[in-house]
Amino acid sequence: MGFTRQAGTKEGMTDVFSIEKTSLDELVIALAGNPNTGKSTVFNALTGLHQHTGNWPGKTVANARGNYRHKDKTFILVDLPGTYSLLASSVEEQIARDFICFGKPDATIVVTDATCLERNLNLVLQVMELTNNVIVCVNLMDEAKRKNIEVDLKGLSRELSVPVIGTAAREGTGLKELMDTVYDVSMGIIKPVPKRMEYEEDIEEIIKDTMSKIEQYVKDPVVLRWLALRLIDGDKTIIDSIKEYMMADWEGRGDT
Amino acid sequence: MSSMDSSGLSDIIFISKSIKEQYGSEFRDRIVKSIYNRAGEVAKKVVKNNSEKKKDADKKIDDILTSKTFGIPLMLLLLAVVFWITLVGANYPSELIGKFLFWIQDRLTDLFMNMGAPSWLHGVIVLGFYRTLAWVVSVMLPPMAIFFPIFTLLEDLGYLPRIAFNLDHLFKKACAHGKQALTMCMGFGCNAAGVIACRIIESPRERLIAILTNNFVPCNGRFPTLIAIASIFIGGAVAPVYGPIIASLAVVGLVILGIAITLLVSYLLSKTLLKGVPSFFILELPPYRKPQVGRIIYTSIIDRTIFVLGRAVAVAAPAGALTYILGNIYINDMSIIAHAAHFLQPLGHALGMDGFILMAFILGFPANEIVLPILIMSYLSAGSMVDFNGLGMLKKILVDHGWTYLTALNVMLFSLLHFPCGTTIWTIRKETGSFKWTVLSALIPTAVAVIVCFIVTQVARMF
Repeated sequence: MGFTRQAGTKEGMTDVFSIEKTSLDELVIALAGNPNTGKSTVFNALTGLHQHTGNWPGKTVANARGNYRHKDKTFILVDLPGTYSLLASSVEEQIARDFICFGKPDATIVVTDATCLERNLNLVLQVMELTNNVIVCVNLMDEAKRKNIEVDLKGLSRELSVPVIGTAAREGTGLKELMDTVYDVSMGIIKPVPKRMEYEEDIEEIIKDTMSKIEQYVKDPVVLRWLALRLIDGDKTIIDSIKEYMMADWEGRGDT
Repeated sequence: MSSMDSSGLSDIIFISKSIKEQYGSEFRDRIVKSIYNRAGEVAKKVVKNNSEKKKDADKKIDDILTSKTFGIPLMLLLLAVVFWITLVGANYPSELIGKFLFWIQDRLTDLFMNMGAPSWLHGVIVLGFYRTLAWVVSVMLPPMAIFFPIFTLLEDLGYLPRIAFNLDHLFKKACAHGKQALTMCMGFGCNAAGVIACRIIESPRERLIAILTNNFVPCNGRFPTLIAIASIFIGGAVAPVYGPIIASLAVVGLVILGIAITLLVSYLLSKTLLKGVPSFFILELPPYRKPQVGRIIYTSIIDRTIFVLGRAVAVAAPAGALTYILGNIYINDMSIIAHAAHFLQPLGHALGMDGFILMAFILGFPANEIVLPILIMSYLSAGSMVDFNGLGMLKKILVDHGWTYLTALNVMLFSLLHFPCGTTIWTIRKETGSFKWTVLSALIPTAVAVIVCFIVTQVARMF
């Protein structure tokens, strides 16, 4: 049938990657997050656009992007499809994963829902395996407060060792701080060193072994470990993504 | 990123294969489990949940709204209330806007007269172009300005996933994906949007089913037509007090029929062209949220109402001019429109309609919004002037041209079931990337519409 890949991946992909920086003053920021965490609201609040936000999972199926200026830079914000994980079990997850890994955004914001943080942390941990430049945005702090849920943002930042910002995007609180942090991370003023997942010993052994086999092809140590992990967990889509984004003829676009 | 050549790639493929052979797929589960455990640990350290009250309230509401007994009836009741508000609320403003716009038409006519413009120019611009525009705006704007904010409100509250939850087992029975209920809901807004929303369905088979059947729920281009005809012919048949209620129930009935046909066609497709079993999915019921009134009004008025109306006007105005021209160029004592309608008459009659109606549906292919205006234009193409006084005038025009209750019913059925509009078909072509499925997406609904109207008409004529 050739249906899913044609329509979903290919087109979606060219869409995602066709971001052209017009000058060096522009930085690309990816916006990831579980469905229904107010990701689109954060997107709208930052960019001043009015992408429709609906209270149901799976709302953002296409990729929206918008700009905003902060200090002396222009930020191109890419709203990735809402996903629960990056294990590529759906087209959306594959799009989000490939963009963060191969699109090399200058920073990635993971929007989470303060009222059900645990579920959202799965995605945060997975994004942290893909890139160093992660900022966790704990959104819906107002709703959490109403529900009497307290989130220790400093503690979370300590646990993950990445910047954590609390926001209530609908009311506009915390956005300034978020933009400041995005600025600092994408400019390299803050260099997060995420506390990465450690797996059981036997898995770690195999990860190391696999890494040594493929290290000649992959310079970036973060991507190296992540690729080894994907090869180990038998991800069928990863070969396709490698073909598409890492082959020599693609180098010009991947390396910025 | 460092470079990788084809030998590097084959190396990696080899490594991946040998890992798979050596260890099977045991690691994926363990890796995922480790991540979940870590997420749990971190959350335990940083989250302090002092109350479960709101959750309990949500759960109590959900126990009723998604219960097996009350879920679907409540949903239909809600739908009926929404239509009722739309019908009652739209009537008066519609009349007001109509009067105003047709007052302008008279002034335009005066202007053309004073300038000594030739009558064909007045005809094309005022009677064709402007009058259709006035029709579309006055008939469509008020219902949309009421319906969309309510629909967006329900969406913002978090009711849509509950609808999906309620309908899930029905779709499962039809061997389709439960999320199709969600894409179907989007179809109520716009079928093209509904088709795009089908991307949330992972399995290609079930996604195709959802795309091919999305058209069976009326989009907002067709709602005004359905609402107008329902309130004239069905609501108008009973005492004025009950009119809007009966008319809303009729529209609800049509929606139920649309859903039933969606399920039936989905079932037939999965037994024939798209064989397979439904796949599992997890549907998250999001918390109910306090709606953001400002955003709802913005979204529903700007993004939806103005967008849809703009599209309708952009298509309708030239179509109106074209219809006027076709209606006023005579070949052998008959206008071109009359020739075409005459040609379609036998088929139209067999389906309980007439040639003009079928032609309006065909000319309405670019956008379903303009079917009714085009029909009125072609009925009135001889140029007879009619003063606008709300839906009453519409009824008079239709009845004068031989409409009966059977005609009204068939027009509503045909409108509900017929081929998708141009935009939707174009979207389907883009989403499926397949010519074959695009053609089928037009053929299947058309066949269903023809069969249903034919049967209804023949059965009705027996009595």
